[in-house]
Amino acid sequence: MIKFTLRRLLSGAVLLLVVTSASFFLAHLAIGDPTAGLLGDSATPAQRAALREQLGLDRALLTQFWDWFSHAVQGDFGTSWRNFQPISDQIALRVPVTLSVVVAATLLAAVVGLAVGVATGLRPSGILARGLKLASVVLFALPGFWVSLVLVMVFAIKLQWFPAVGYVPLVHSGTGWLRSITLPSIALALGAIVMIAEQLRNGFLQVNNQDFVRTLRARGLSSRRVTLHVLRNASPAALTVLAVMFVGLLGGAIVVEIVFNLPGIGSLTQSASQIGDIPVLLGLTVVTVVFVVVINFLLDLVLGWVNPKVREQ
Amino acid sequence: MTDAAFPADITPSPGKQGLWARYLRRPAGVAALAVFLLVVLVGLFAPLIAPHDPNFVDFALTQTPPAPGHLMGGDSAGRDIFSRLLFGARTTLYGAAVACLAGVALGVPAGVAAGYFGGPADRICSWISDAAQSVPGMIVLLIVAAGTGGDFTVLMVTVGAFMAPGYYRMSRSKTLAVRNEPYIDAARVAGLTHTKILYAHVLRAVHAPVIIQSALTAGVAMGMQAGLQFLGIGTASNPNWGQMMNDGFRTMLTHPLILLWPSAALGVTIAALAFMGSTLGDLVSVRTEPVSRRARPAAPPRDEGARSGDLVHAVEDSALRVENLRVTYRTPDGDKQVVRGVCLDVAPGEVLGIVGESGSGKSQTVFSTLDLLPAEGHSTADGVWIAGRPVGDLPRAKRHALLGTRIGYVPQEPMSNLDPCYTIGNQLVEPLRAVHELSKDEAKERARAILVRVGITDPERVLASYPHQISGGMAQRVLIAGAVAGNPSLLVADEPTTALDVTVQAEVLELLRELQQEYGMALVIVTHNFGVVADICDRVAVMKDGKIIETGPVDQIFTQPGDPYTAELIHASQDDTESRAELDAAWNKAGRTVRT
Amino acid sequence: MKTETNETPLLAVDNLVVDYRRGRTTFRALKGVSMTIGTGECVGLVGESGSGKSTLGKAILGLTDVTSGSITFDGSPITHLKGAARRRLAADLQVVFQDPYGSLDPTLTVGQILAEPLTAAGTSRADAHRAVAEMLDHVRLPADTVTRYPSEFSGGQRQRIAIARALVRRPRLIVCDEPVSALDLTTQAAVIDLFIDIQRETGVSYLFVSHDLGVVRRICHRVSVMYRGECVESGPNQTITRNPEHPYTRRLLLASPVADPARQAERRRSWLGLQSPTGSPVP
Repeated sequence: MIKFTLRRLLSGAVLLLVVTSASFFLAHLAIGDPTAGLLGDSATPAQRAALREQLGLDRALLTQFWDWFSHAVQGDFGTSWRNFQPISDQIALRVPVTLSVVVAATLLAAVVGLAVGVATGLRPSGILARGLKLASVVLFALPGFWVSLVLVMVFAIKLQWFPAVGYVPLVHSGTGWLRSITLPSIALALGAIVMIAEQLRNGFLQVNNQDFVRTLRARGLSSRRVTLHVLRNASPAALTVLAVMFVGLLGGAIVVEIVFNLPGIGSLTQSASQIGDIPVLLGLTVVTVVFVVVINFLLDLVLGWVNPKVREQ
Repeated sequence: MTDAAFPADITPSPGKQGLWARYLRRPAGVAALAVFLLVVLVGLFAPLIAPHDPNFVDFALTQTPPAPGHLMGGDSAGRDIFSRLLFGARTTLYGAAVACLAGVALGVPAGVAAGYFGGPADRICSWISDAAQSVPGMIVLLIVAAGTGGDFTVLMVTVGAFMAPGYYRMSRSKTLAVRNEPYIDAARVAGLTHTKILYAHVLRAVHAPVIIQSALTAGVAMGMQAGLQFLGIGTASNPNWGQMMNDGFRTMLTHPLILLWPSAALGVTIAALAFMGSTLGDLVSVRTEPVSRRARPAAPPRDEGARSGDLVHAVEDSALRVENLRVTYRTPDGDKQVVRGVCLDVAPGEVLGIVGESGSGKSQTVFSTLDLLPAEGHSTADGVWIAGRPVGDLPRAKRHALLGTRIGYVPQEPMSNLDPCYTIGNQLVEPLRAVHELSKDEAKERARAILVRVGITDPERVLASYPHQISGGMAQRVLIAGAVAGNPSLLVADEPTTALDVTVQAEVLELLRELQQEYGMALVIVTHNFGVVADICDRVAVMKDGKIIETGPVDQIFTQPGDPYTAELIHASQDDTESRAELDAAWNKAGRTVRT
Repeated sequence: MKTETNETPLLAVDNLVVDYRRGRTTFRALKGVSMTIGTGECVGLVGESGSGKSTLGKAILGLTDVTSGSITFDGSPITHLKGAARRRLAADLQVVFQDPYGSLDPTLTVGQILAEPLTAAGTSRADAHRAVAEMLDHVRLPADTVTRYPSEFSGGQRQRIAIARALVRRPRLIVCDEPVSALDLTTQAAVIDLFIDIQRETGVSYLFVSHDLGVVRRICHRVSVMYRGECVESGPNQTITRNPEHPYTRRLLLASPVADPARQAERRRSWLGLQSPTGSPVP
């Protein structure tokens, strides 16, 4: 088990290294000269050259990479090219907002998806199962911001149950925080809920057809106990979907945050991309990939616990 | 699987009828297709249909409600919403098509190659695919947008790149499944080049899933595209739905209609694609959807003349007695009766063999006596008695209470009958605690003792093992241990040795015989092997087409079979066959004539 | 029909070793196996799961890599043949697999399946059509079989189709990997007799892999017994299936139940004589 854990940690670290280096070079090669975006079209070539020198852009790309990388591993992503504020501080300020929404959405997806999945798995031809199939078809493809707009129109504007926009930090007001992240979380979670429920339902169908379920029944076990066996066997696929969904939710959060005017990493990403603020974009990439690596690592641990065969691979 | 003459009524095979022909019989699919085609036509002919120039600004039109001439009114810049919507369909479709093409081009060849050739190429491609799935696509899209000044085509190619892992994984797993089929090996032996095999066999299996995936991918790509445009990225000068939604969003409180039109267009288009994909998926997948409760097969007809089999023991002397058992299965072609009026009984201490070829209904007979038929099966009987007591009319729960206590069940396939997620110990202990209400220590001790009894020399290791860590023969011993752990008076074994090697089969048969005699159990053993019958049975019931054609003591069945089919089956057992040398000698003598 | 002993064998396997990689460990599936097959001869390969009998078949067909040793077909080495050279061998060396369901592509008609080996070799469509019709007649299937799909046929019929595919290029050796073990008993008998008839008609040789001594007894001239990657005994069919010498073969023979209660009781007693007791009663 220790070997298994160490191997997964190592592969996560390699992934982080590869993705962030790739992003560094992609960003620099794609954006090229960011000074036009930073200074505007009216800047003279001399002004732009001065800024390039100030930002260190006149050095070789590999030198820049090493400079950035050696600081980044210590958690220092440099300063923004626009306002020269430390990026780590800006991100630290905004990550709690995004994480609030994404983690709430993930939990919602896990809990509701599990409940709906088990309910439809037990009665695979019931009304709930038919509804789920319909919902999964549509909600899988509809983007989170589209759902957000619908939710805002219905629950914030028509019914006025929730605030349409804005964020209340948890430290200010617990209920305010909850009310401010409810709609965004639901908007993000809906697609994930139906995906997870559908995955579990399919898992139930497959596992129920397996011989060992009949044998468990033949041993006299109650339906409830048999269901626990089925659930454990059906869960790896649903857990994998949950982890993939988390990555999708992080991306989806960017647009949803803008709809709900939440001060998360979404608006920071948007503004940084508009002016080509590479250090900010890279900092954001590193942070999100770290989250993804952590989630995948947790997933591997859980999968290893659920399915003993995984541990030996 | 009987090698009879060709069946008169051949059901059309799934591959035979065109996928599209079957698709067009699904109302939901047709509706979705119609909507999608409408969007495509609108996109293609937007310049001809649109009443106004989508970019023409008329300040008088600013935020006006729908009116004749301006069907959907004007947006906040004073442009005709209806015309912009029509032109927006163009942008949406173009973007989705670019993303799908990029996704297919990047994902499918790599997936097919990785699945077919395997090895390091597979490992590298799979790692890249996994890595790409760990990258939040939206951030990379924003980086690309910053770099390219929001070039729409480049952005949509990037979206396609993030869709590629989906195509990759799907085509890899389909290819892998096909790759492991013997017909690929047969094609290689037949002298086909890899290129030909990929073309003739692999692409056939992959192309339908690619189309289905594309329907879903196109929907997702449209969503991402609109999301980018909503953020003001990649809008350029073309009218598009995402930017229109952003415009509506800003005036949402005062003019909600401006937001409604593009949102509805996007939602309906994506939903249509999703329904097309899901309908196609249903048609292609062989996944068995469960039959609903109401769709359970009707009770099999009660036909007195069809009773078959003999009852030789008095009711009170029997461990199991079944009278006039009928089993019906619901199939896509209607209900099918697989057991027709079977009567049989077995006394304590007696071994009854139910023997027949595949499809004879022998397994269905024992499953219905255990009340373990799957949902699509339905059984009725004039009576079922366990240990002399009628149980046929008992409520389901009471009948289930007999399982594991009065009745033990030994399945056919040892590996698939153990839960892969739990240790052997856990699986043996759980019923002992839950059904027999032993304490944890008692249950453990009993499980250990039973394992020793079934011939496992290191019970501690086996108890701590997971099913995949033990051999098939060992697993079958564990299953037998589980079946007898509750001291049943009746043991039902469904082909208990068929999946085992011959040497293990002999050991398992010996074990079953020992346990049966030791516990004085009645044993019902289902088999197709007359050697097994000769080895262990006291009496035999021979089944064919859902009926018992003959019942009798084992010696009588072998020496004087009453039915020619029984004689044929016994003769077909190859143990006593003429050897090849004898056959060749006879053939030479007969003048070497082929096809006598 | 049987070969003269001084003739060069059609196939000679010499000291063959095959290793399978499993992650970081290797598993030796064949530990130096040697055998020969003459023209028109059927040689049986008997053993239990994991004995390496199927691996030997695969190695001959080039479907698995050989670690060491050699395989000679008609005097020329084929051990490590790859690419075009291996494909040319398809004219002489064919296969029939166990699984009558997986061995035919479900999306092709029987006609397409049977014509595939011919068209791959450059035969014209018309010639392929003729050859396919002839082969269907050989395996006793009606001519209209060509337009149907594999799913319309029973296991036994599919196995006849698989045999027709193996025969269609008129090979000199067919590797038969448990070709009847997935079939019902009555079907088994018919398919085995078909194999024998075809051998008499065409003079083709078989390597017949099976776990069933009864099947092997009916069809094979000579038999090799495999156990844990080694060939423990080989000899004429009558000897191996009636009076084997090696203790493992004896155990295998005595363990197979015979369809006759009296003789089975006797066989079981002899088998029990070889065994240690299976366990002690539970109180």
